[in-house]
Amino acid sequence: MNLYWKYFFSAVGLAGLIAIGLFAGPFMLYVTMRVMILSIFALGYNLLLGRTGLLSFGHAAFYATGAYGLALSSIHLNPHPLLGIAIGVAAASVLALAIGFFCVRHTEIYFAMLTLAFGMMVFSLMWNVRSVTGGDDGLYGITRAAISFGLFKIPISKEYQYYFFVLFFFLLTIFLVHRIYRSPFGLVLAGIRENHVRTEFAGLAVRRYRLGAFVVSGAFAGLAGSLAVLLESNITPAAAHWARSAEPVLVSLIGGLHTFAGPLAGSIVFVVLREVVERFSQNWMFWFGLLLLAIIMGFRGGIVGSTAEIFKRFSRA
Amino acid sequence: MLQSLVHVCLAGISAGMFIWLVASGLTLVFGVLRVLNFAHGSFYMLGAYVCLTVLKAMGGNFWIGLVLGPLVVCVVGYFMERFLLRYVYHLELPYQLLLTFAMVLIFDDAVKMIWGAGSASSPAVPGLSGSLSIVGRQFPVYNLFIIAVGPLVAVGLYALLEKTWWGRIIRAAASDREMASAIGVKVPTMFTAVFVFGAWLSAMGGALAVPYVGLLTTGMGEAIIIEAFVVVVIGGLGSLKGAFFVSLIIGLLSSFGTRFIPMLDMFLVFILMAVVLLWRPQGLFAEG
Repeated sequence: MNLYWKYFFSAVGLAGLIAIGLFAGPFMLYVTMRVMILSIFALGYNLLLGRTGLLSFGHAAFYATGAYGLALSSIHLNPHPLLGIAIGVAAASVLALAIGFFCVRHTEIYFAMLTLAFGMMVFSLMWNVRSVTGGDDGLYGITRAAISFGLFKIPISKEYQYYFFVLFFFLLTIFLVHRIYRSPFGLVLAGIRENHVRTEFAGLAVRRYRLGAFVVSGAFAGLAGSLAVLLESNITPAAAHWARSAEPVLVSLIGGLHTFAGPLAGSIVFVVLREVVERFSQNWMFWFGLLLLAIIMGFRGGIVGSTAEIFKRFSRA
Repeated sequence: MLQSLVHVCLAGISAGMFIWLVASGLTLVFGVLRVLNFAHGSFYMLGAYVCLTVLKAMGGNFWIGLVLGPLVVCVVGYFMERFLLRYVYHLELPYQLLLTFAMVLIFDDAVKMIWGAGSASSPAVPGLSGSLSIVGRQFPVYNLFIIAVGPLVAVGLYALLEKTWWGRIIRAAASDREMASAIGVKVPTMFTAVFVFGAWLSAMGGALAVPYVGLLTTGMGEAIIIEAFVVVVIGGLGSLKGAFFVSLIIGLLSSFGTRFIPMLDMFLVFILMAVVLLWRPQGLFAEG
């Protein structure tokens, strides 16, 4: 696909998102916000999986940490949403730094199992430390206070107002992740995925770059988590469970592992399919599983990868 | 004090034996096929549900359910290996893990569709119900039965793998696929057989769990698969000996954890897994 098409699609997409915020009903707003929040999670995550080639099964821990960070600061400190997000992201990053420090020593299955172990430790802590996290009931009743800048305030309590708040962070994430992909740091990560031995011989500290990718993806997971708390107004430890860690993996895979827009397309399919199927049957996981099978067995490029392939074939003919 | 120690130990050992039944199949499949199967816990769950259905249809005879239930799951395992898994052996790790994860989603919902979302309760087993007095306290007979079954399975597996012609072929294919195939082993058929056997072991664990847990839920597969993963990883990927001893350790650890420091029950298990992975990533009992 050439550059003009990319600009065209991006412009259409942005216009569509703004139009949804201005005109759509509450359900549409809610679903779109869910898509954007999941996209933030998956875009960050794909920096680790698609770019660096590391499969983490513990990223729900960072998502939940971001969520609890915002919830706790909003309850005990100050309900300012930007402060809450800052605390959520900071907490998720610090945790990612601590966990990543140990995990990046290994790769492949060992890395996946280590992240699973640490993720489940976080999960069981959140489950057991009732006095702080509310145990399995979680924390609830988190309200969306106005964003105050001293003299003037921006309210975000209404759905469409919060929508634009989420949209802002969504666009910011796309911008940042895009910058990271193009930066020397992002290029080194791709090098590590292709051949970590050569990258090491080129004089680069592979482990540190892996840790960097781990922390950055953890920070985005924290951002997604804290935005989700403000949307749903509650959070339970289930958000940190390993089954939730599979979500960004599935989303990246559906969209296309080694593509930039893959997580975006995957999030749309994941959320919309879930909402639609849940209306017709109780068994959305069943149909979702079948879709996954079809992608793994037949369309391994995912939606974006496979579409790009078709585009290429047509433009050649 | 002694009473409660003995009983916590026994509870831990019987819990460990269930984990062992699931983990033995998981580690066998991983050792030979090099695929870590998330859906292995689903076989456990399926085994339990099918066993319950069969035993109800047979007028409450648990032993018929125990024999027939796991056989039905073998058929499911056969189809999964033959028509899906076989095509992802050569792919990257995420694809393999996600294929088996997709199967978890499908199995979980399929069980809900067939048996309903609520939990199903099971009858007691005649002859194995009731309890015995051990150091002055009652202990269920069925748990003692489980404690006996686990080592029997271990010995059976050892004999199969070390003493028979089949075992030699399986070990040969596990250590060198190409060479085994060059000397005439039908590797794909053997992979299918090993996978089906693994599914049978796990379903057997599930069927045995029917009288033990009392209530069957769709979450039971997910709960045990993660413990089995821990066992397989700590024991050394592919090591049956490791899986057996680590199952015992994990069973005891969570039993003592829940008894003495309930705050940290699962936490301890994952700490152990992380420490072992960092210190000896190949696992405690890995060969070579």
